[in-house]
Amino acid sequence: MHRFIPPKIAQKIMTGVFWASGLLTILILLVIIGYVLFKGLPVVNFEFIFADPVNSGRSGGIFPFIMSSIYVTLIAVLVATPLGVGAAVYLSEYAGENRLVKLIRFGAETLSSIPSIVFGLFGLAFFVIYLGLGWSVLAGGLTLALMALPTILSASEVSIESINKSYAEGSLALGATKWQTIYKVVIPAALPGITTGVILGMGRAIAEAAAVLYTVGAALMIPTSIMDAARPLPLHLYILATEGLSMDNAWGTAAVLVIMILIITVVTNTLVDRYRKKMMGR
Amino acid sequence: MEYRIEVENLNVHFDELHILKDVSLKIPKNAVTSLIGPSGCGKSTFIRTLNRMNDMISTFKMEGTVLLDGKDIYDPKIDVVDLRKKVGMVFQKPNPFPKSIFDNVAYGLRVHGVNDKDVLEQKVEESLKSAALWDEVKNILDKSAMGLSGGQQQRLCIARTIAVEPEVILMDEPCSALDPISTTKIEDLIHKLKNDFTIIIVTHNMQQATRVSKHTAFFLHGEIVESGLTEKIFIEPEDKRTEDYITGRFG
Repeated sequence: MHRFIPPKIAQKIMTGVFWASGLLTILILLVIIGYVLFKGLPVVNFEFIFADPVNSGRSGGIFPFIMSSIYVTLIAVLVATPLGVGAAVYLSEYAGENRLVKLIRFGAETLSSIPSIVFGLFGLAFFVIYLGLGWSVLAGGLTLALMALPTILSASEVSIESINKSYAEGSLALGATKWQTIYKVVIPAALPGITTGVILGMGRAIAEAAAVLYTVGAALMIPTSIMDAARPLPLHLYILATEGLSMDNAWGTAAVLVIMILIITVVTNTLVDRYRKKMMGR
Repeated sequence: MEYRIEVENLNVHFDELHILKDVSLKIPKNAVTSLIGPSGCGKSTFIRTLNRMNDMISTFKMEGTVLLDGKDIYDPKIDVVDLRKKVGMVFQKPNPFPKSIFDNVAYGLRVHGVNDKDVLEQKVEESLKSAALWDEVKNILDKSAMGLSGGQQQRLCIARTIAVEPEVILMDEPCSALDPISTTKIEDLIHKLKNDFTIIIVTHNMQQATRVSKHTAFFLHGEIVESGLTEKIFIEPEDKRTEDYITGRFG
């Protein structure tokens, strides 16, 4: 093959290309967040965050929807985390390589690429109607748990697999049982990766409108029990925009949602970093 | 002479591979025994048979008897957890847990149900002193063990092992990842520990074997060619193959 470009120049060009790709990615992110905040922040004030909606959300605040979001997301995470981490431990520590394991992995991968509206339909059929949960925080939360599950499972599995096998050997050689080794050594070492998976799953759950559309109802009040109907922020946003109730309040809601997600991400990243530094002594 | 471990006609297979062939060896109590031999000769497999670490490998098959204080450790009634408490192990690469120095040493004790804070503190201090590490870490016990140097990490792993008061300590090339100064420190430590523990050390370093051990066994292709007093093996070996190996003609 002929060399048309001298290696040193090619190196410079490619460095530039990678730089530009990185820069562009950050730029896109900043533009989207910036635009949402630019359109939404003028509406956001103390009252908007802490007051009840007036006139179906045409005016007033979004407090019940913030609480709805927190509740359904919490249920999703509380249900999906033990299940996902448990399955990850099973897959990486107990299962070996067999058909069942391959099937579980295939299932998880497929689950993560199913459109969220399909989860919504399933939630409607299974949780709302079949289990008789009705349109409720619980039905919505469980539907979101199904969506968050594959994310938490695969992130946890990757993280547990990446833990040095020598830690487990050291623990077993001291007379620890397999279970002691898993919960005292392997899981603490894998915790940063597991947490990242939980946050990704949580992000998926908190940002979801379609999956809760048919499962959580569309109440305007703060849910007082998990059997109450509710209206998470993305759903409220969807209703405001599609029914043309108030575009200003839709942007405001979007801004609050974005800020919530940013806070969750930044706080957990800081905590995970601190934990990792403490653990690894750097 | 009193023996801590007696291995008779041990055969180990991994699938079709015959790793150890009719190995018999007696390990004297409270002394250091070196296992030498070229890579792949079965030394590591041998010591991992002594604390049943091979059990985790699904293709592992063994025949023969391994007696610890006269009791068969492969008896189905034997509790493996109990066995591993009696037979500790230090690995080739230092493998402290990603936890604080204190928690590393306290780990084995906690696993075995010791939770009293005073007892733990006292045991941790004793073990770190026995492992000649206390002075270097006494002010940073709550810091991660991962921040220590390789040599310190290995001494920490020894401290962690002696904290559960084993009778036997297996060492699988404990200095192969360390610099000469750290190696000297570990060797000094082995000298100190031999009065209280039965130590079996796998080493590729002939000088190390002569420096630390009273007894030596020479492995070749899964068999023990010769075993006995270290002096005898190194000064007047009976077998031509032993002589060839220790004089560096192969391996």
